Amino acid sequence: MLSAGYCRDEMVVEAVAPSLGDLFEFLRSDPACRFTTLVDITAVDFPDRERRFVVVYHLLSMEHNSRIRIKVPILESESVPSIMEVFPSANWFEREIFDMYGIRFSGHVDLRRLLTDYGFQGHPLRKDFPLTGYAEVRYDEVQKKVVYEPVKLVQEYRQFDFLSPWEGMAAMSGQKDASDEG
Amino acid sequence: MHPIASSPVSSTGCCAPGSMSVVPVFHGFRGLDMTVDRRRVTNEENIRNFNINFGPQHPAAHGVLRLVLELDGEVVTRCDPHIGLLHRGTEKLMESRTYLQNLPYFDRLDYVAPMNQEHAWCLAIEKLTNTEVPRRGSLIRVLYSEIGRILNHLLNVTTQAMDVGALTPPLWGFEEREKLMVFYERACGARLHAAYFRPGGVHRDLPPELLEDIYAWTETFPRVVNDIHELLTENRIFKQRNVDIAVVSEQEALDWSFSGVMIRGSGLQWDLRRAQPYECYNEFDFLIPVGRNGDCYDRYLCRMAEMEESRKIIRQAIEKLASASGDVLTRGKISPPRRKDMKESMEALIHHFKLYTEGFRVPEGEVYAAVEAPKGEFGVYLVSDGSNRPYKAKIRAPGFPHLQAMDYLCKGHLLADVSAVIGSLDVVFGEIDR
Repeated sequence: MLSAGYCRDEMVVEAVAPSLGDLFEFLRSDPACRFTTLVDITAVDFPDRERRFVVVYHLLSMEHNSRIRIKVPILESESVPSIMEVFPSANWFEREIFDMYGIRFSGHVDLRRLLTDYGFQGHPLRKDFPLTGYAEVRYDEVQKKVVYEPVKLVQEYRQFDFLSPWEGMAAMSGQKDASDEG
Repeated sequence: MHPIASSPVSSTGCCAPGSMSVVPVFHGFRGLDMTVDRRRVTNEENIRNFNINFGPQHPAAHGVLRLVLELDGEVVTRCDPHIGLLHRGTEKLMESRTYLQNLPYFDRLDYVAPMNQEHAWCLAIEKLTNTEVPRRGSLIRVLYSEIGRILNHLLNVTTQAMDVGALTPPLWGFEEREKLMVFYERACGARLHAAYFRPGGVHRDLPPELLEDIYAWTETFPRVVNDIHELLTENRIFKQRNVDIAVVSEQEALDWSFSGVMIRGSGLQWDLRRAQPYECYNEFDFLIPVGRNGDCYDRYLCRMAEMEESRKIIRQAIEKLASASGDVLTRGKISPPRRKDMKESMEALIHHFKLYTEGFRVPEGEVYAAVEAPKGEFGVYLVSDGSNRPYKAKIRAPGFPHLQAMDYLCKGHLLADVSAVIGSLDVVFGEIDR
């Protein structure tokens, strides 16, 4: 465990990957914790950071009526121990993260893609994956089947940057609380 | 696929290949006696398990679900759901749109009860921006969340009945749904994709006649629920198809991250409206129906009872709305100015323009907000970097963990039970595939 604290009335714990199995077993079975429900697992991509991904776990204790968030920063090349042993429901959550971010979960019995197409390439929720993707499909009347082709856009995807320059500068340098302005 | 002799015993790996003498008790099946070696009697070593595709275009799949089922005779030995056929990349799209533009995506997740999803998104933004919702707005949200719950349960209960062979319930139930959708339409102009809940409240106030009509509807609705009860609750076929099917114990419900009716059907009294009250649910008088056996039938009963409770909440909300006057939206940076102000004030006009082009900004931080959607806990994990777009938004759909338990729920059941189980799970692919 790296650190623990409260953030907007939410318990947040930062942990390191290798000890995850023990941590979750403790959180689930210790009488003071009893976080018996795994609510969600997801990841966040920060391409600028050295530890690029943060795997985020949400747990819920119905007994104590409390929630906890566990954040695990990892390197791009690092794999995370699967917690399927502790929570069987971690299966699909981990598969989805593998699908969307390419993070590997060691000890996962069935780490296949989950949401994307059969034979899909790339990891769509990474920040460097373009919104339009790389492949498009259409039905080919000649071949009588659905064919995959590289994306061809008749017009560039229009991503308007509406941030006004003076406010945008403040937001970027973090000088000013964004909620005060408008 | 195994070439031959892929009997249920060897397919689970609990028996070494070739050992024909003693067949151990196979743990995957419940309620089936597998201790007799049938292969000796019937020469079944030449029979292999059968793999079939259930869906993606199957009327009982409730959308685009592809199940790869491995069958031993008619008994399901493995069930591998293939999802993602309705994947639209909502979370990716959300990262490139403003907070307000993202709101309508939530209608398209669980399109059976759209406003409940919007609610979670609004709550997440409100938590990060510390926005208070005015009382009238809050009551309207409760009112429409409960209408959404009835919408959902009507659809689920009746289509589940259709999955097990009854055709009349959906016809009767959809008539009521239609009336509720008209209430949606009269509130926001859209029957389905409402975009009515906004950060800070709701988009517009409700006309008094609408509230009267909803109140009048609550008078007649019990008759409809009663009709469905009469059709199904003691119906012999319906009970045969649902009682003792897909029994979930309390511990299993926890292990598989169940929520909503799936966990209450197993006897755990857990409802976010009561346990972690959001909006103004703590003012309302309602009961939380809890099942006893955790089977499909108990979950059906829970849903039927919840409709009655939602009706009670709707009535209370309308009564409270009568005395709650005032605005329905917190006027501020994250909400548009009043129409009238825009006619007179240049500042208001600029604000309106900026709000709908640039959008508002949300302070840096992260938050998890959850609501008790009709299907269970619907949560949004929002990471903001202080700009006008979410840095990351993760949608926690209740159907996702429910569907993932399919393999565990269906093992040992007959093929015909699969559709009963899917119906009881209450899956909608808009939210599972995102």
